[in-house]
Amino acid sequence: MTIRYLSDLKKGEEATILGFDPKSCKDIDFARDLEDRLLEIGFEEGLNVKILHEGPISRDPIAVRIGQMTVALRRMEAAAVRIYDGKP
Amino acid sequence: MANNSPDIKQDIKIALVGSPNCGKSSLFNSLTGSRQKVANYPGVTVERRSGKYTTADGKVITLIDLPGIYSLKDRTLDERVSRQVITGTHVSESQPDLLLCVADSTNLRVHLRLVLELKHLGLPIILALNMHDMAQRDDIRIDPEILSKELGVPVVTTIAVRRGSLDNLKSQLSRTLNDLPPKQESMPAPTTRELQQQARDIAARATLSEGSQHKITRQLDRLLLHPVFGILIFFITLFGMFQLVYFWAAAPMDLIEGGFTLLQGVISDILPDNWFRSLLNDGIIAGVGSVLVFLPQIIILFTFILILESTGYMARAAFIMDRTMAMVGLNGRAFIPLMSSFACAIPGIMATRTIEHHRDRITTIMIAPLMTCSARIPVYALLIGAVVPNKPIIFGLFGLQGMVLFGLYLIGIVSALIVAMVLKMTLTKGVAQPFLMELPKYQLPVFRHLMINLWERVKTFLRRAGTIILYAAIGLWLLAQYPKKPIGGLEPDIFYSYAGIMGRALQHIFAPLGFNWEMSIALIPGMAAREVAIGALGTVYALQGNEGQVEQSLRTIIQSSWSLPTAFAFLAWYIFAPQCLATLATVRRETNSWGWTAFMTGYLFALAYLAALAVNKATIALLA
Ligand SMILES: Nc1nc2c(ncn2[C@@H]2O[C@H](COP(=O)(O)OP(=O)(O)OP(=O)(O)O)[C@@H](O)[C@H]2O)c(=O)[nH]1
Ligand SMILES: [Mg+2]
Repeated sequence: MTIRYLSDLKKGEEATILGFDPKSCKDIDFARDLEDRLLEIGFEEGLNVKILHEGPISRDPIAVRIGQMTVALRRMEAAAVRIYDGKP
Repeated sequence: MANNSPDIKQDIKIALVGSPNCGKSSLFNSLTGSRQKVANYPGVTVERRSGKYTTADGKVITLIDLPGIYSLKDRTLDERVSRQVITGTHVSESQPDLLLCVADSTNLRVHLRLVLELKHLGLPIILALNMHDMAQRDDIRIDPEILSKELGVPVVTTIAVRRGSLDNLKSQLSRTLNDLPPKQESMPAPTTRELQQQARDIAARATLSEGSQHKITRQLDRLLLHPVFGILIFFITLFGMFQLVYFWAAAPMDLIEGGFTLLQGVISDILPDNWFRSLLNDGIIAGVGSVLVFLPQIIILFTFILILESTGYMARAAFIMDRTMAMVGLNGRAFIPLMSSFACAIPGIMATRTIEHHRDRITTIMIAPLMTCSARIPVYALLIGAVVPNKPIIFGLFGLQGMVLFGLYLIGIVSALIVAMVLKMTLTKGVAQPFLMELPKYQLPVFRHLMINLWERVKTFLRRAGTIILYAAIGLWLLAQYPKKPIGGLEPDIFYSYAGIMGRALQHIFAPLGFNWEMSIALIPGMAAREVAIGALGTVYALQGNEGQVEQSLRTIIQSSWSLPTAFAFLAWYIFAPQCLATLATVRRETNSWGWTAFMTGYLFALAYLAALAVNKATIALLA
C-alpha cells in the first residue's frame, strides 16, 4: 500500500487519519511542532476526515471536516497528515 | 501568608480559560456587565481584562477574561498572556484562585483536552459547557453529571449569550466559593497525544448523543466557500457595503447638515455680531459640524463590519484571501486584523498579537494603516461629494460616488499588499506561518449586542468630536483672530493672522501637490486624527466667509474653490499619510521599537507626498 497524505485528497473525498508525519513537509522550521498543532486543533488518529472545500487558486487552502467541526489549512500542512482510504 | 478562608480573603480572583471562540468573553460580559468585544472568529480577545462579579450572597469577585488558548504551549503573544496569568508567572497579575473553564459543547472532545491539561495546574476548576443551545439544536447531548464524575470537577451547562440561562453557573460559583479548596501542587502534564486520548475517552462516555454537524453552516459554506461564487460574493459584499454607505447615508446627512445650518442661522439672529458669535458659528459649529455630518456613514459602515464579524464570515474571508495573502508572504489569518482596520487601525494592530512570527506580525502592523479606517470617511466623503458627480452608472445600478469610494478602499488594500510584498522580500524575510484555523459555525448576530457595540463606536466618534475636534476648532479660531488685517489688505482676515502665516509657510512644502494655504493649515491639527483636518477646514473656510453671505456647507465651498487636481491630490495624500498620532503610539507600543515606528511614519509620508504629487500632475495633464 502506498502512503497517502491528506494533501493528496480532492474535494469530496474521505479518509481516515493514520498518523502524522511532519517530516514530509518541505520546510524543517515549519514542520517543527506541526504535529502538536494539528493534534491541538482536533486532528487525531482514527478520525474520519473529508475535504469539504477547496480554495479558488491551485485548490489551496482546503477546509476539512473532522468530527463535528470544520478546519481550514493549507495543503502544505495537510502533507503532514498520513491517511488511509475508507472508514475506520 | 495567604489565608484560604473565604470570609477573610476578600479579593478572590477567577480566570476564564478556554479554547478560542468558545464564548469566554460573552460569559464575562454576562457576568460582569462589561462590554468586551465578542465576535464569531477565533482570536478576538488579545489582552487580559478584568471586571467585578457579585455573587448571589453578595461577595464581590474579580473576574478575568483571557485570550483563547489551545494548550499551555503558547505560540503567540496573546496566548502567552493567558499562560502567564493562569500559571502565576505574569508580572503584574497574581495567579487566580479558581479557573472557570469554558468549553464548546458542540466540540467536546477537542475542548476537554485543554481542561485536562489545566487540571494539572492544581487550581480548583469549574467547567462551563457553553453553547448549550447550539448543542441542543444539533441534537448533541452530554451528561454533565457523568462528565463531572470523570473529570472530578463541577460541570454546568451555560448559554453565555443569554443572561437568564446562567443560574446554574451562578449557584455553582457560590457553592464553590463558599468552600474554596486551596491550590494544590501543580504537576507536569502528559503529552498532547496522551491528553487527547483521555479527552476522547471521557467525551465518549459523557456523550449521550453525537448529533450532527450544523446543517446551515454546511449549506452556507457550500456557497460562501465555493471557488467561483465564494469569491464573487466576497467582492459583492465589500462593494455593496460601500454603495450602501453612500446610498443610505444621504438622507440623514442632509438632515444633520440642515440642522447645523439652521442652528448657525438662529445664533446669527439672536446674538449680536461679536467675537462670541464668531467663535460659536465659525469656530465650533463649522468645525465640529463638518465632521459630525459623517456620523451616518460611519454608523452604516460599522454595522456592516459588526455583522460580518458576528456571523462568522470573517474566518471565511480569511480562507478566501489566504492564497492572495500567501503571494505577499502572509497568511490568511492576517487578513482578519486587516479587515478590522477598516473600522480603526488601532484594534487591527492589537489583533496582530495573534500572529505567531514576529516578522509577519511586524509586516502586518506596517501595512495596517493603509487599510482605510473610518476616520478617513469624512475626508473621502467630503471630497467625493464635492468633486464627483452623483451619476448612476452601469444601467443605473450603482452610484458613481459609491464606486469611487470603493476604488479608494481598493487602492488602500492593493497598496498594503504591495508594501507587504516588498517588506517580505527585504526587511522581514522568512518562512510562511501555518494557516490552521477552525471555521466557526455561522450565527445570527444578536441584535442587542450589535446595538451595544455600535453605540460604543458611536460614543467614541462623538467623544472625539467633543474633544479633539472641538479643541482644534477653538484653537484654530483663536489663532485666526490676530494679527488683524492691515489697512488696505485685500485678503480675508484669517490670511494675515497667525493661522494664515503658518499655513502660508507650510504651503511652500505642499505647493507642488497643489495644496492651498487653507489645506496646509488643516493638515497640522489633522495630525491628531484624520477627521480633525475636516473640522479644521470647516473653521478656516467659515472664517473666510463674507459677512453678508449665507452660511454654506463646507462641501459647496470646496466645490467652488478647489480645482480637480487639488482635490484628487488631497484624496491621494489621505490614502497614505499616517495622520493619526494614536495609531503611531500604538505601533510604538506593540512593536516596542522606535525604529519601526519611525520607519512606518517615514514611508507613509513619503508615499503620501509622491502619490499626491503624481495625482496632481497627472490630473493637470489630463485636463489640459
Ligand atoms: N448560540 C450561542 N452562541 C454563543 C454562546 N456563547 C458565545 N456565543 C457566540 O460565540 C462567539 C464567540 O464568543 P466570544 O465570547 O467572543 O468567544 P471567546 O471565547 O471570548 O473568543 P476568543 O476571545 O476569540 O478566545 C460569538 O459569536 C458569541 O455570540 C452560546 O452559549 N450560545
Ligand atoms: Mg474573547
